[in-house]
Amino acid sequence: MRLAIASGKGGTGKTTVAVNLAQVTAGPTRLLDCDVEEPNCHLFLRPDIVETQTVGIPIPQVDEAKCTACGECGQFCEFNAIVSFKTVPLVFPELCHGCGGCMKVCPAGAIPEVARTIGVIEQGQCRGVELIQGRLNVGEALAPPIIRAVKTHAATNGVTIVDSPAGTSCTMIESVRECDYVVMVTEPTPFGLRDLTLAVAAIRELQIPCGVVVNRASIGNGRVREYCRSENIPVLLEIPDDRRIAEAYSRGQTIIDAIPEMRATFDLLFQRVSSECPNA
Amino acid sequence: MHELVVISGKGGTGKTSIVASFAVLASDAVLADCDVEAADLDLVLAPTVKLREQFYSGHVAVIRGDDCLGCGDCVEHCRFDAVRVNGAGHGDAPYWIDPIACDGCGVCVRFCPEEAIDFPQRHSGEWFVSETRGGPLVHARLRAAEGNSGKLVATVRSEAKRIAAEQRKQLIIIDGPPGVGCPVIASLTGASLVLVVTEPTVSGEHDRERVLHLTKHFDIPAAVCVNKWDVNPSMAEQIERTAQEMGAPVAGRVRYDMHVTSAQIEARATVELECGAADDIRALWLNLQSIASTHGVQLEPAARAVGIT
Repeated sequence: MRLAIASGKGGTGKTTVAVNLAQVTAGPTRLLDCDVEEPNCHLFLRPDIVETQTVGIPIPQVDEAKCTACGECGQFCEFNAIVSFKTVPLVFPELCHGCGGCMKVCPAGAIPEVARTIGVIEQGQCRGVELIQGRLNVGEALAPPIIRAVKTHAATNGVTIVDSPAGTSCTMIESVRECDYVVMVTEPTPFGLRDLTLAVAAIRELQIPCGVVVNRASIGNGRVREYCRSENIPVLLEIPDDRRIAEAYSRGQTIIDAIPEMRATFDLLFQRVSSECPNA
Repeated sequence: MHELVVISGKGGTGKTSIVASFAVLASDAVLADCDVEAADLDLVLAPTVKLREQFYSGHVAVIRGDDCLGCGDCVEHCRFDAVRVNGAGHGDAPYWIDPIACDGCGVCVRFCPEEAIDFPQRHSGEWFVSETRGGPLVHARLRAAEGNSGKLVATVRSEAKRIAAEQRKQLIIIDGPPGVGCPVIASLTGASLVLVVTEPTVSGEHDRERVLHLTKHFDIPAAVCVNKWDVNPSMAEQIERTAQEMGAPVAGRVRYDMHVTSAQIEARATVELECGAADDIRALWLNLQSIASTHGVQLEPAARAVGIT
């Protein structure tokens, strides 16, 4: 079973739900931190990182001896990552998506590719949970290749939990694609509701079933619950607005470690998700 | 013209609530909501939309069913795993291209031996120019599941600049997206000053460090503000200390205050309610003005700034 934890709005508690849920699943469980711009699961699980791999994308490296300065490559590139004004082209590595188009259209065979590192994948274990996290190098723009690389580590058997980045764009979609079920985490505020609505629209486009966890349930108003009812989206769990939870989070403790009686709550969440999820 | 960008790294630290308050406090600014995936500033500022434009960016590959012979070359060429073997519901072609996965590179289009792949422009969202009680607001909405958010951000920013020039406004206040990737980079390159809004948690601290590396990378002066600082005072102090070590002065602290949520529900900025957090945000705005002035950046018109000092 592959579960994604997502939200439109940031800071609603995706990571909290992901790490606590990982703690109650009967292992071996894999937790994939696909929030590669700001991976935070490790702050709560504190695994020893035993393996680090770099992630690169192939970018062009023009062989000046072979280049005839025809300009085909620059005309082809959709991203202005290689530019030629009838000269030996200039490559702008941070704009390159690694599609290989310039190499393929070059009539002189003058564009071999080299790997350019844009981030890393780190792997570690902690109490029955295997954490695999991606980390985009600061200053790099292109997160999806790292997310794709993290997702190659999904378990073939057992439970995989994907912690997705916030939002509704390509990074969120790349993270939740191919998952069996999406748990949306929101808070019952106007911002929470607006962003939940947008995220649900994105998930529906992917045709993945979803349910909602309402975090800090006592703040705000009842509009999120009304929305879920009218859209037929199950509310899987409401997490109370409890100062002990906020303080545990601030220290880097999971809810279950800080407040052991909350384990039952996450057990229940896991059962509900398993019963809703078509592929459990 | 100066651009103040509010970012956080971690999401949900209170960027939008603080920007909405700045919008009300600033006497002469244009506002730009660059969190185009989850734009919420309009929920507080109740804009009257004056201009609505469709946003097209890049292309998407589409196989024409009638002309596809099923050779599968496109599958080999695609590095984004976007070409799918046809099941039901995608016309008659043996293959179809998942528009969500398609990167718009055009390699399959170019190398299809039957020239059976179209390459139309991609409708990625829309953007708006509105009037609000805090000044003109440029905002946008990325369509669900689209890429190219960076380009939409760039469009929002350039439109805000155009309006600022037209209306002779000296300041643009930008509500930025979370993270450190493409849309964040598009929000802050070339900006005058960045305010990093963080929270006193291990995640807040971790992400604050990454965004400050980013502002350093692009050589933009930055200041920090710890929101909800009293949730963990010692962590707040630690964040402020490490931020200062990285050259980012502390512009202020905002206390944890349920009125921030009440204000949001009433579609008001925090500073439009009488509460502790409102006092903190006013102090933050004043402090930020003096930090800005050390970088030659003016957040308020000169006459008013003199009045404050």
